[in-house]
Amino acid sequence: MAKSITMQVARYRPDREAEPTMQSYDVPLRKDWAILDGLNHIKDELDGTLSYRWSCRMGICGSCGMTVNGEPKLTCATFLTDYAPGPVRVEPMRNFPVVRDLVVDIGDFMAKLSVVQPWIIRKDEEPPDGEYLQTPAELEDYKQFSMCINCMLCYSACPIYGLNEHFLGPAAIALAQRYNLDSRDQGSADRMDALSASTGVWDCTYVGECSTACPKNVDPAGAIQRYKLTAASETLKAFFMPRGGR
Amino acid sequence: MSDTTATTRVRNQPRPYRRRVPILWWVRRRSYLLFVAREVSSVFVAWFVVFLLLLIRAVLAGDDAYQRFLDWTANPFLLALNVVALLFVLLHAVTWFNLAPQAMVVKVRGRRLPPLLIAAAHFGAWAVVSAVVAWIVLG
Repeated sequence: MAKSITMQVARYRPDREAEPTMQSYDVPLRKDWAILDGLNHIKDELDGTLSYRWSCRMGICGSCGMTVNGEPKLTCATFLTDYAPGPVRVEPMRNFPVVRDLVVDIGDFMAKLSVVQPWIIRKDEEPPDGEYLQTPAELEDYKQFSMCINCMLCYSACPIYGLNEHFLGPAAIALAQRYNLDSRDQGSADRMDALSASTGVWDCTYVGECSTACPKNVDPAGAIQRYKLTAASETLKAFFMPRGGR
Repeated sequence: MSDTTATTRVRNQPRPYRRRVPILWWVRRRSYLLFVAREVSSVFVAWFVVFLLLLIRAVLAGDDAYQRFLDWTANPFLLALNVVALLFVLLHAVTWFNLAPQAMVVKVRGRRLPPLLIAAAHFGAWAVVSAVVAWIVLG
């Protein structure tokens, strides 16, 4: 096996460049090194000016999402050896404004996340002393959607979001469903306006790339299609039973 | 404020880079191409609706009008258009039914039905309805 691999890394220094350029670095090719280890090697040994986000190195924090050879990937879970003999191209996540090098501005996603109120909403009581109880079957209803780590790879993969930044987007909708389907939650009506707006689920035309990109098998595309059915039946209900609605 | 501070300020202004989406973004990936083809298919679905309305009008207008309509549809250009439209409408229908298990979660006795079964039920219903329509039209 070759002892090193070339990493072509996107650089964007707004004080120096009008648009990103690629810079090549040779890093050791080790069996247990992820793309992120390669970036850390560059930062520590070759070029301390490289900027990127990372934290946990174990696919939980959702910070290190980037575009690796054109695909949206968590760089801590993507191994250099899979791209041997190289070169491997590392670029920032697509569809987000690039602040510097591999760092993108995630402000838009953070704003959208709060729009869907991703927390348990209760209407009728004070919080209990202990927990709200739930059966394993009730947990199963939303568990898949609760696996989201907010890495935003689904936004990076979604061409609709790339073309229309007003689209609420895959993760925000999947997280709304995570709470809508939770037996302890009573806030689905509160989330409805944001979800069934034209910039909500109806902007999605089911490309399906969000679910392909998701490193946690959340299947945001599935969450969106499910909510389309919910939104359509709620609209019909409101039409036929204007007073009995929500 | 000194000149140096002003320069530093300007230099430190964030200037995020926004990558422009290339016009041909949809040819890069099979799933993107399929998605755009499905979007385009709605035009052909609309064409079939218009075609059906024209057919109904011709039938209501009597034998002569219906014969003229049939002659018109035998035109090679129209025939080619309808073959292409049929292919797009089939793509539309197949992708629609494949999507059904994503949208529907059906539970029987507390257990979620496998997605394949839901898709199969839709395709089965489609086949039955098509057979009934074919029987009415051809029979």
